[in-house]
Amino acid sequence: MPERKIRVLIAKPGLDGHDRGAKIIARALRDAGMEVIYTGLRQTPEMIASAAEQEDVDVIGLSILSGAHNTLGPHLMDLLRAKGMEDVTVLLGGIIPEADIPGLKKAGIAEIFLPGASTQDIVAFVRDHARKHE
Amino acid sequence: MSQPDKAAAAPRPSSPERAPRFTTVSGHSIRRLYTPADLAHWDAARELGNPGEPPYTRGIHPTMYRGRLWTMRQFAGFGTAEDTNARFRYLLSQGQTGLSVAFDLPTLMGYDSDHALARGEVGKCGVAVSSLADMEVLFDQIPLGRVTTSMTINSPAAVIWAMYLAVAEKQGADWQTLSGTLQNDILKEYIAQKEYIYPPEPSLRLVIDTFEFGARHTPKFNPISISGYHIREAGSTAVQELAFTLRDAIEYVERGIRRGLAVDEFAPALSFFFNAHNDFFEEIAKYRAARRIWYHTMRERFGARNPRSWAMRFHAQTAGCSLTAQQPYNNVVRTAVQALAAVMGGTQSLHTNSLDEAWALPTEFAATLALRTQQIIAHESGVTHTADPLGGSYFVESLTNEVESGARQYIEKIDAMGGMVAAIERSYPQREIAEASYRYQQAVERKEKIIVGVNDYASQEKPIEVLRIDESVARRQQERLRKLHAERSGDEVRRRLRTLAHAAEGAENLMPHLYDAVKAYATLGEICDALRGVFGVYTEVAIT
Repeated sequence: MPERKIRVLIAKPGLDGHDRGAKIIARALRDAGMEVIYTGLRQTPEMIASAAEQEDVDVIGLSILSGAHNTLGPHLMDLLRAKGMEDVTVLLGGIIPEADIPGLKKAGIAEIFLPGASTQDIVAFVRDHARKHE
Repeated sequence: MSQPDKAAAAPRPSSPERAPRFTTVSGHSIRRLYTPADLAHWDAARELGNPGEPPYTRGIHPTMYRGRLWTMRQFAGFGTAEDTNARFRYLLSQGQTGLSVAFDLPTLMGYDSDHALARGEVGKCGVAVSSLADMEVLFDQIPLGRVTTSMTINSPAAVIWAMYLAVAEKQGADWQTLSGTLQNDILKEYIAQKEYIYPPEPSLRLVIDTFEFGARHTPKFNPISISGYHIREAGSTAVQELAFTLRDAIEYVERGIRRGLAVDEFAPALSFFFNAHNDFFEEIAKYRAARRIWYHTMRERFGARNPRSWAMRFHAQTAGCSLTAQQPYNNVVRTAVQALAAVMGGTQSLHTNSLDEAWALPTEFAATLALRTQQIIAHESGVTHTADPLGGSYFVESLTNEVESGARQYIEKIDAMGGMVAAIERSYPQREIAEASYRYQQAVERKEKIIVGVNDYASQEKPIEVLRIDESVARRQQERLRKLHAERSGDEVRRRLRTLAHAAEGAENLMPHLYDAVKAYATLGEICDALRGVFGVYTEVAIT
């Protein structure tokens, strides 16, 4: 049986419309052979959690450049926990001050990628951390 | 175009070169040497002229910076109106010569600070302005009759402008002499930055309403700053930035004329905004080509007769997307090079980015250093002593010609599609930009393009101090809105919102109705909701 492709939801939470990073990551993951769903702009954490559930994704990649990460990131993690989706790996990329990183990781975000991160590193991280399906 | 005669004109290389091909940051090929052969069919009188004369390749003023330096206009805004008012007054005290307001995302999207979608965003990437009451605080003790203000606001631009005009009136400033700029460029929002509310047609109507209102009441105010900046930040090439911006401008001019305005009635108030990216000569060529294309477009395509309609005035900002989180002090150097390109390209005003902006909004220290960068270029470098110092360079003139021809091809292609709205609906510019952005990212990952401190010369470093936005901002804003709702006349607000919605259903100019609504302290969110009710909202087809 062919191996199930890693399924990734790339999401833009909040009001920010700067989608250059999200689009590059979506394309790089797709080029690496993964199944990528892009939510489009202006998604609430509720919309992202429910899209992740419906699409049965292994990984959620969030892109936030507006400074709202400390509110939106942990809120999404709470929603995923409430849905019993703790096994979904959540990544965050964007303009994130270093001092905020420990708090975001504590909230359950697996990794934070800053400006300058290479798509190869992100692809490798997703491969290593996508949840394992039985 | 690399003809054999040009290759013959250049001496043969005596040693091997570092790379098989040399390209600009946009991927444009650069030859080893430029010689008179590259300009064989080029007529200096026709292509250059003198500064201050058609086709304005060399700049729009005869004396350029010998007459007056560019306006040093640092974009600032964060937290509440009080916080930003204090930063403005500090910047003016440090020798800044114009103001530039950054609004937060809820404001940019037409939501009040207490809206559910504003959660986590209030005061974060700009100042929160939900009503005239906030605008009054924002410009407290800043004389709008003397200071020029640029406001980076697009979809709700007409509403924010109405608030600004109300504050000016309250201060006793004369609208006829009031000077400043609204960004108000909705087309590039659909193309690149994506801060749109309504569909293109009603959005364009609002833009033309500001042109018409401005032509009558505020002749010194620029109702629009047609922007390539965000197109470039979204990953476009220099040629795409120029072409899409100029094609947007053509769209606005066509619609102004369709409204019944004479081209020379509103074209002198059109202003532009370009990126100042890393590739020094490509950027200079871009600004020079921009002025030349605009001159020909206004004169030949639109029959403009007033020289002020022909001369392109622009603001420049250094490239935010070029800043690195790694080794952030390197950003001071990048910004200096980019700013120098904008100055040598003849900009009218300039914003220099701060070293810490790949981490957060700038600290006061970083913002001051960015301003000092401009002051050093202005007063110490000597590049201001003569107009268009690179004019006549074989390389710069060749590159200017190539950028111009690349941009003209795009403009013709979009003309053939039926204009920019039609092109946007087909996702044409969006797709071109996404392609360019992905190509560049791949070039960086293959190390064909080196970014110092990122994909080469990397090192471990200590974190820098960054600006923290006080989490109490949202609470203070919500408190202020509660107070506003209690103090204003709810009946009056509802009456004026109904009148506005009714007018929106027809075809009349909405500026007077917006002005009435803001004067009664209707909030930004209420006004935008009234218009959402009539115009609907836009959602894009997301392409990846």
